[in-house]
Amino acid sequence: MPEFNAEAAGNIFIYLYELLGWFLEKQLGIIHPVVAVIQTLAAILTVATFALLLPIFTIWLERKVAGRFQDRLGPNRVGPFGLLQSFADVFKLLTKEDITPTGADKWVYNLAPMLSVVSVIAIWAVVPFASTMIGTNVNVGILYVVAVSGLGTIAIKMGGWSSNNKFALLGAFRTVAQLVSYEVPMIVALLVPVLLAGSMGMQDIVNAQGAAWFIVSAPLAALIFFITSVAEIGRAPFDLLEAESEIVAGFHIEYTGMKFGMWMLGEFLHAFTICVLTAVVFLGGWQGPFAKEVPVLGVVYFLLKSFAVYFVVIWVRSTLPRIRIDHLLSFNWKFLVPLSLAVLVVTALVQKAMVEFLPDAGVVGRAVALFAANILLALLVGEFIRRGAREVRERVEAEGAHGGHPEESAHDEHGAAHAPAH
Amino acid sequence: MQTDWIFIGIFLLIGIIFPTVPIVAAWFLAPKKPNAKKYETYECGIETVGDTWVQFKMQYYIFALVFVIFDVETVFLFPWAVAFNFMSFFMVFEGVVFIALLAGGLVYAWRKGALEWV
Repeated sequence: MPEFNAEAAGNIFIYLYELLGWFLEKQLGIIHPVVAVIQTLAAILTVATFALLLPIFTIWLERKVAGRFQDRLGPNRVGPFGLLQSFADVFKLLTKEDITPTGADKWVYNLAPMLSVVSVIAIWAVVPFASTMIGTNVNVGILYVVAVSGLGTIAIKMGGWSSNNKFALLGAFRTVAQLVSYEVPMIVALLVPVLLAGSMGMQDIVNAQGAAWFIVSAPLAALIFFITSVAEIGRAPFDLLEAESEIVAGFHIEYTGMKFGMWMLGEFLHAFTICVLTAVVFLGGWQGPFAKEVPVLGVVYFLLKSFAVYFVVIWVRSTLPRIRIDHLLSFNWKFLVPLSLAVLVVTALVQKAMVEFLPDAGVVGRAVALFAANILLALLVGEFIRRGAREVRERVEAEGAHGGHPEESAHDEHGAAHAPAH
Repeated sequence: MQTDWIFIGIFLLIGIIFPTVPIVAAWFLAPKKPNAKKYETYECGIETVGDTWVQFKMQYYIFALVFVIFDVETVFLFPWAVAFNFMSFFMVFEGVVFIALLAGGLVYAWRKGALEWV
């Protein structure tokens, strides 16, 4: 039997993994290849179950925090602090009639909610929980994450198109325009940590953040990634794809019962997964004091960071109003995409210049230089925008003096939560 | 290397099984009382007019096209970023030129009005 000591206690999951292997092989006499398969299956089931049970907690958390933001209590009836509210919701969904509307494309319609869950769960295969704990450390981790989460867009499109409902179709088209657009700056922002770590593997990226987290060496990339991720999960202020006041519920309007539940599950799991990715790529993942020696501590740091980011996501959601689709797309293509390309160029040049000309600076020195370069770029962009805004303001004021409609033209540049007709 | 992808394959299979279970469970637990009105397309209480699968606003397709161009080109940048630590300054600069070409494409689309929502 594998010895249980202090080291094993700090690495409890690996210990359990080995204990399972020892039990099957030595006690039950199962041959080694079969044991390896069973061990792998157990690991997969642990990760997947953890990922699937998370939304039950995060939905409660989100409702509770959103409630506090809106000056009310949030769920507090079912169980202590309303903790069992999500279970009540699941049982309610289970007993609701399952409707496939006439005229819907049945196969596509029923497959779409499942695909949306699969596309998110698959990401968890490469999420590093601790220095020794990761589903599988593929060398193309980031690319895999980008590719798999792209499936979610297809799922939403399938659901919206096959429902044979005009609201659903509108929601689906908005989704394609939005998710697809915001994917471009997201990928470019992810290139910055890949470039700094010199690898696409998730574990390599976390290891590269031992001295300084990437949010120090790439604050602008982190900001762009955060904004685009909020758009990718279709949250306020980017919740046009299911805007209640315009297209009722968007792409999942016709879904009922458990199929609707799967959409909810996929959405909330995706929201938390995005926070996990932000924590891993920019906030150092499991890095923290003694995380290398005691991997279980790493899991704690990792979850703390993820939930901190999740809190910010809920905060943003309860604060900002929905933006208009033309603003949404201009903001992406005319601001985020050029900015992300500029950040990538600046990071590449500064990093290489530091390595070539100041090799003694070390990791921390390079991080400081990159931070300074990012701040400089941010100030430059800010000045650029201020000038543009001043020009627009002056033009509008000049038009106003000639009896035009200043509100209308001012609206194009600064308007907020307003819905255009399609 | 190969075992990594076998792992992901099994992970995907389990990922498919997991959402199937509650849907199948709901199939047994949920009530089934079909009627024609219930299965009609929902539209704020009025009957829907005409087919849904019709021609749609052109703008969505233009944005999708611009996306395809950029997405393919950003994928080319991944190998460049991974090999970054082994590159000389000149090779890094070549990558910057590639990004500048990308930005040129963006400026072209912008000037052509492909990024306007009309």
